[in-house]
Parts: sequence; structure tokens; C-alpha cells
Amino acid sequence: MTAKTLFDKIWDAHVVKQVEGGPNVLYIDRHFIHEVTSPVAFLGLKNRGLKVYRPDQTTATPDHNVPTINQHMSIKDELSRNQVDMLKKNCDENGIVYHGLGTEGHGVVHIIGPEMGLTQPGMTIVCGDSHTSTHGAFGAIAFGIGTSEVEMVLASQCIMQPKPKKMRITVNGTLDKGVTAKDIALYIISKISTSGGTGHFIEYAGSAITSLTMEGRMTLCNLSIESGARGGMIAPDETTFNYVKGRQFAPKGEDWDKAMEKWAELKSDEDAVFDTEYTFDAADIEPMITYGTNPGMGIGVSQTIPTSEGLSGTDKTTYQKSLQYMGYNEGDAMKGKPVDFVFLGSCTNGRIEDFREFAAFVKGKKKADNVTAWLVPGSKQVQNQIEAEGLVPILQEAGFELRQPGCSACLAMNDDKIPMGKYSVSTSNRNFEGRQGPGARTLLASPLTAAAAAVSGVIADPREMM
Amino acid sequence: MAYDKFSKINSPAVPLPYENVDTDQIIPARFLKAVERKGFGDNLFRDWRYENDGSPKADFPLNNDKYSGKILVGGKNFGSGSSREHAAWAIYDYGFRVVVSSFFADIFKGNALNNGLLPVVVSPEFLEKIFVQIEKDPESTFEVDLPNQKFTITATGESTDFEINPYKKHCLQNGLDDIDYLVEMKEQIAEFEAK
Repeated sequence: MTAKTLFDKIWDAHVVKQVEGGPNVLYIDRHFIHEVTSPVAFLGLKNRGLKVYRPDQTTATPDHNVPTINQHMSIKDELSRNQVDMLKKNCDENGIVYHGLGTEGHGVVHIIGPEMGLTQPGMTIVCGDSHTSTHGAFGAIAFGIGTSEVEMVLASQCIMQPKPKKMRITVNGTLDKGVTAKDIALYIISKISTSGGTGHFIEYAGSAITSLTMEGRMTLCNLSIESGARGGMIAPDETTFNYVKGRQFAPKGEDWDKAMEKWAELKSDEDAVFDTEYTFDAADIEPMITYGTNPGMGIGVSQTIPTSEGLSGTDKTTYQKSLQYMGYNEGDAMKGKPVDFVFLGSCTNGRIEDFREFAAFVKGKKKADNVTAWLVPGSKQVQNQIEAEGLVPILQEAGFELRQPGCSACLAMNDDKIPMGKYSVSTSNRNFEGRQGPGARTLLASPLTAAAAAVSGVIADPREMM
Repeated sequence: MAYDKFSKINSPAVPLPYENVDTDQIIPARFLKAVERKGFGDNLFRDWRYENDGSPKADFPLNNDKYSGKILVGGKNFGSGSSREHAAWAIYDYGFRVVVSSFFADIFKGNALNNGLLPVVVSPEFLEKIFVQIEKDPESTFEVDLPNQKFTITATGESTDFEINPYKKHCLQNGLDDIDYLVEMKEQIAEFEAK
């Protein structure tokens, strides 16, 4: 038998049919939907006279477009309210479980799935959102899809996909103090670029990866899409099983034992061949920060902005346009640069561990007066846990307040917009022009680096303050 | 989603000589609040195309009268970022039927193909030739021949082949989508589930 990668094993087990000269028909175990990319799919379904084929494998929550204050009140923005109402209506009509605002199950779709135990090893998982790659942390094939594909899955629980190539990224060694999963991800993307992973599905391996918590693994896999890869995954191990065990939708009793037998097989065979391989050393990674307008434009926080020397043609004009947008010059040091906003949250860094790290860092320190900080838990459960662990008084003492769950300033679809020209150190995933509001300037970083910026009022190295 | 059948297009092209044109530029998130698929072309490249007060930015190619046509030509890594299909809808709704680049992001490419918008991948050298030709004569045309998978710079006669999955080519030529195909497969899917 030919050696298989983890990806091959899961993919091949889900192929319903290989279309002649075309893509695979791939069966989907779990489908998450939200308010922004689903309404046109439901409309398409209705126009064809179809119902949702497997509502019990579909889970819905509104997250992209919801306010993060006063969630008990009706949503003020008419268009946002309409989209949220439409999601609820579509779910009601089709028998899909809907986790509405303020309920215990509400939150960012990629945070609530794992929390509830809906995300499990060996599954195929899709959602009309590119950061669906998050769920790969459990040893699942999880990737973002477009609305036409959402309609396909609603109609048939299947999707048509060409099989991607396989990439393995190995990170060996031990992370330095103050260096997190977010930094590993930003480091990798800065090395392989935002298109380095295109056409591939990544498997992350190596001792620096296996020593990450589930939260850290989710952050890393979440950012796979920013390298252009459709998704990223990590072979499940004891850390994974311990996380899943006992959660609401996790297998129980005998079913758990059976699942564990299957899940034990979920790793790449030793002689499996990857189309592309990269190896990095954890010791080379420092806390990262981005200085440009795509996630590949990242450097260590103690470094200076690279020059455009050696670039030519559209490479050079694109680079210069990017720095001009940011208001930065080639060769500038990042440390000491001004900061106006700090955003802690999103499907990248909105989990309990992120809030623990942020709170531990700011404990006994004070938020800088020039910084506006938005702390947005990824879900109601994260919010509950922050409260239960006594983090709220610590944050308050340091001058920080919690908001309510949602995608918030990550993509600024709601009112949480960074104003024109302002600098935002953000734990989210994209620093594209205008991503956090028209004219907003985003610097991606870890919760620790964000916390260092929040208390310093400028870009700072968290290692010097721990 | 219904779209026009695609065969051959002969048209001038609009240049967008930037790399990593991401989906947040193609259609910013704040314009994704619709629950129907219409009017997205109005906000295509919104923040590159318009000032804050809504007046057009004169130096943006879409606002420059000398450029027109059904073909959009972008720098490498076009369509990176979010999975929002609204990006493909906006480009199509504006009136483009083809996007040419030396490299596309995966999800964008899939979304385009599902909506009758043909992504054409050419070599970086050929892409440069297209940009040069548009600058030389913005009215000159390009031929996109899907049946023969050929892209031609009409003025110089230079042409290049492009790849497309045979199944997707068939769908585009006939205006078909995957959902019809999958719904027909119901029985086979049920059998798979029973295994």
C-alpha cells in the first residue's frame, strides 16, 4: 500500500465520486454557516425548490455583522439586522440549530465549533469563511468556501473540489519566552509569502507545533489561508483528545472508544511524500509584527522595515504603495512607532488563552492614555470563562473593558471601525488596506505584543516587559 | 447561479497593475450586507475608486475613460484573502467576463468559475506584454478563446495557451453549475452515507 499523508487519508475517505476530467465530489461532515455568506445560498436553494439536505450537520451563528455592545437590544443598523434576521428565518425554515446573540452558544463560528465538540479529528468541515482553516487544528480537513459552494453543501452535503497538493511545514525546537503560535504563523508567512501556500493544504509538524495547546494550534491553522493555502492541519494527539473529551457533541462512552481507535490512525505515514516541504527553527522566531498591507509583510518587533532594494517592476511599486498607505519609510524601526488602537479578539486570537495571556501581561500595569482598546471575546463561553477565572477585575484595574462576542474590528462590518489614518495593533488576521475601516492602518501581532503596545502607547517588545 | 454562456470574447482590457489585489479591495466588507445578489458592481474596488466624499479618484483605471472592456488584467496573486464570493459577483456585475493574472488565489478562482467569470493564468512575461500593449494603445483588443484555450494580443498576434479543468470548461460553455450536478447524484450520496 502506498504511504499516505494525514490529508490523503481523510480526503480519500470522503470522496463520493471522481468526476471524469474534473474535481472530486467530496462529502462534508460538518457545515458551519453565518449571516453574511449564506443568504444568497438559501435564496438559490429556494429558487430551485430544494430544502437543506442534512440540517443536523449544519450549525449557524451570526458573528460577522453583530454589534459588540448592547446585544440585548435590537441591532441598530438596518442592513445588519436584516441579515441576522434572515439567517434565523432560514434556519427556522430548514430545521438548523441557530445560536443567536446573547445565547450560551453564540460566538465567532470558528470558536464555537471546537468549544461545543462539533469539530472532531478526521472530519471534513466547511464554512463560507476563509478562516475555516482553524478547525484543522484537530486533524480535520477544514476550509473556506464561496456562497455557491455553501449552496452545494446545503443542497447535497457535498462539494466539488479538485484535490490540492500537500505541503508539510516543520517547526522544530522550543519557542522563546514571549513568542506564541501567532508569531510562528506570521513568521512562516513572512518566509513563504501570502501566495506560497496556494494550491496546497498544509500539515504542520515538529516539536514546536506539538508542544502548542489546542488554542495555539487553532491560531496557527487559522492563519494558513494567509499563506494562500486552503487550509492547515495538525495530526491529533493527547492534547487534541483531552480537549475534545467531554464536550457537548463529543462522542461518549463506547462511541468515544470507537472514535479513539479511528483517530489513532490519523497521522501521516512515515514515508508519505509531500509536494512541498519547509523546515524552520523555533529559536529563530521572535515576537512578530506586520508593517505593510498583507500578512506576509511581517518582521520581528525589534527589527527595521526592509528596503525595496532588489525589487523591480510591479513588485517595487506594490511595496512602495503599501508603505505609503501605512505612512512608514523603508528602514524605519518598528519599536516606538505610534499606536492609537489595540484590538484583542477574532477567530485568530479570541480564545480564553489569548485573554489569559493578555490579562497576565497587563496585570499591575496601566493602559496608555493615547490608546483605545477593544477586547472582544470570541464567544459567550469565552466571555463566561474570562469572568469565572477572575480576569475582569485585573483587566479593569489596568484600564481595559470587555465587549460582547463577535468578529468586530477584524473586518469592521459592524460599528467597530478604526478611524481613517489611525494605527491599530490587532490580534486578527488581515492587515489589508481598509480592512479595519476605510483608511485604517493595521499591524498584526500576538496578544502579548498587542498588550505591550496597549500599556506602552507605542510599538514595544513584550519580552522586555515580562 | 445563472450566468451567460461563455465562448469567445474580443475586447479591450482594463489594467490593474498591482500585486496581491485582495478581496477586501475588490469589495470591502461593509458592502456585504445585502441578502440578494445584485448591485455589487457599484462598489467594486470602492476605496480605490472613490474618495471619502464619493467623488471618483481620477487616477484609478476604472475611472479613466481611455480604458474599457470586458477583460480585467491584474498583477500576481489576484483575489487573495477572504472567501467572499461577492468579489466575483462584483467583478461580473461591473461587466467583466475575464480576469487575467499570472497567479490567482484558490478560493477566488473557484468562486469566479462558479459564476461565469473566467480566470486566465498567463506567464509573468506574457502578463507584462499585456500591460505594455494596453499602455501603448488602450483601445487595442485581446481575444479570449475558451474552446481553444487561447489568449491573443490582437495587435501583435502573440498568443498563449491557458489551462482550465475540462469539467469547468464544459460548465462555463453551457452556463451550468455544480448544484444541478450534485442534486442529480442524491442516490449515490445517500449510498455513501450508509457505508
